[in-house]
Amino acid sequence: MSEQKLPVMDSRGPEVPNPPVQVSTSSARLIATLAVAGALAGLAIVMVFQWANPQIEAHRALVLAQAITEVLGGPERYETIYLQDGELTPQPADTTGLDRVYVGYDAADQPIGVAMVAGEAGFQDIITVIFGYRPDSGDLMGMKVLESKETPGLGDKIEKDSTFVRAFRDVGTPLFGVKPDRASGDHAEVVMITGATISSRAVINIINHRLEALRDPVGTYWSSPMASAPTTSGTGGGS
Amino acid sequence: MSSRTTPQQDLIRGIWKENPVLVQLLGLCPALAVTNTVANSLAMGMATFFVLLGSSVLVSLLKKWIPKEVRISAYILIIATFVTIADLVLAAVVPDTHKALGAFIALIVVNCMILGRQEAFAAKNTVGRAILDAVGTGVGFFIALLMMGAVREVLGNGTLLGFDVMGPHFEPWVIMILPPGGFLTLGAFLLVFSWWKGRKTETVRPRRWLHGVTTEVGGA
Repeated sequence: MSEQKLPVMDSRGPEVPNPPVQVSTSSARLIATLAVAGALAGLAIVMVFQWANPQIEAHRALVLAQAITEVLGGPERYETIYLQDGELTPQPADTTGLDRVYVGYDAADQPIGVAMVAGEAGFQDIITVIFGYRPDSGDLMGMKVLESKETPGLGDKIEKDSTFVRAFRDVGTPLFGVKPDRASGDHAEVVMITGATISSRAVINIINHRLEALRDPVGTYWSSPMASAPTTSGTGGGS
Repeated sequence: MSSRTTPQQDLIRGIWKENPVLVQLLGLCPALAVTNTVANSLAMGMATFFVLLGSSVLVSLLKKWIPKEVRISAYILIIATFVTIADLVLAAVVPDTHKALGAFIALIVVNCMILGRQEAFAAKNTVGRAILDAVGTGVGFFIALLMMGAVREVLGNGTLLGFDVMGPHFEPWVIMILPPGGFLTLGAFLLVFSWWKGRKTETVRPRRWLHGVTTEVGGA
């Protein structure tokens, strides 16, 4: 085995140029920078929110009012009624967090129907619908999808297919969905959309479940003198 | 990079030669998700343009005061502020479009194109040049979204900006307004861009003429 000579090196090693001195920023300055930036960002957002929020709320109320008018067949006006302790009451002490329905009145101030909002899981996400209900006959007056993220071109037909939407007018309850080739003409049947069966069935279930939960309190309120003697508070515009 | 470019190049670069979507393949999440109609593409393009421009101006103005250790956090904070402002303004002014765009407005915060322009350009250049770069990149992104939105809406819905353009006998290609349609459209555009770029950078090759003179043809 031959002896190998290692290269002789200066103990100081090869000369390298001095690296640039890295001056690190103090932690206090880093924290201060982000704190000031965060505070300024928060201030800017609050200012824009103060300007935008009234318009957002006004639009939300307008959309709801239009939907109530649509599903109740154009009432003269409507009143918001709250569900408290299993009973519907027009003027609870505190309305925060209370479930609500909307009672529509005609020109003679007679109640014509109740609009209810409900939501449940569809194919993609929560579907929120509003529907009108006539407690004396037990029929639906109409349905409108308020919010849905169903598949474009397929599931979104629950709001775009006028035949499906019209099927919820003057139909008996509880609803049951049928495929197009199985339609029998029953008063409570709704023909589901081909290619959007899950979304169609979800809408039907949402309405049935909501009616199941509110049928009794709505029926009680409807037959009470309160329904035909509406208060003036909590009212909304009509058609 | 920046010192070797002119202001005109700063402006033009992002629109075509370095288009964020069609060349750099940045910001593909909104480009694929919300371009199923022209109206959605317009709204997303304008919101992104606003955020990019506002962020670039602020980052360029504040670059001396932002320590390098926290620069990315500071850039994201600035971008998130502009995104929140855009989100609120859209919700107040065009609520239906805001509803259609859903979570994708908020997701502009994580659009790598915007953060990339802050780190690569705005933080190293003057406000004027940062504005030119942001305008160029923003317009490039806007154009790409608009092209995709137009193709997808026409084929997937038979309409353009809501107006019927394909006639009553047209059967819409539903897949084009679904997520796969975004991939198909983007793929087709990339194919065309690649072909066009390849054609422009064709290798220079000599051509010999009958009388013995040799010339070069082709090239960019």
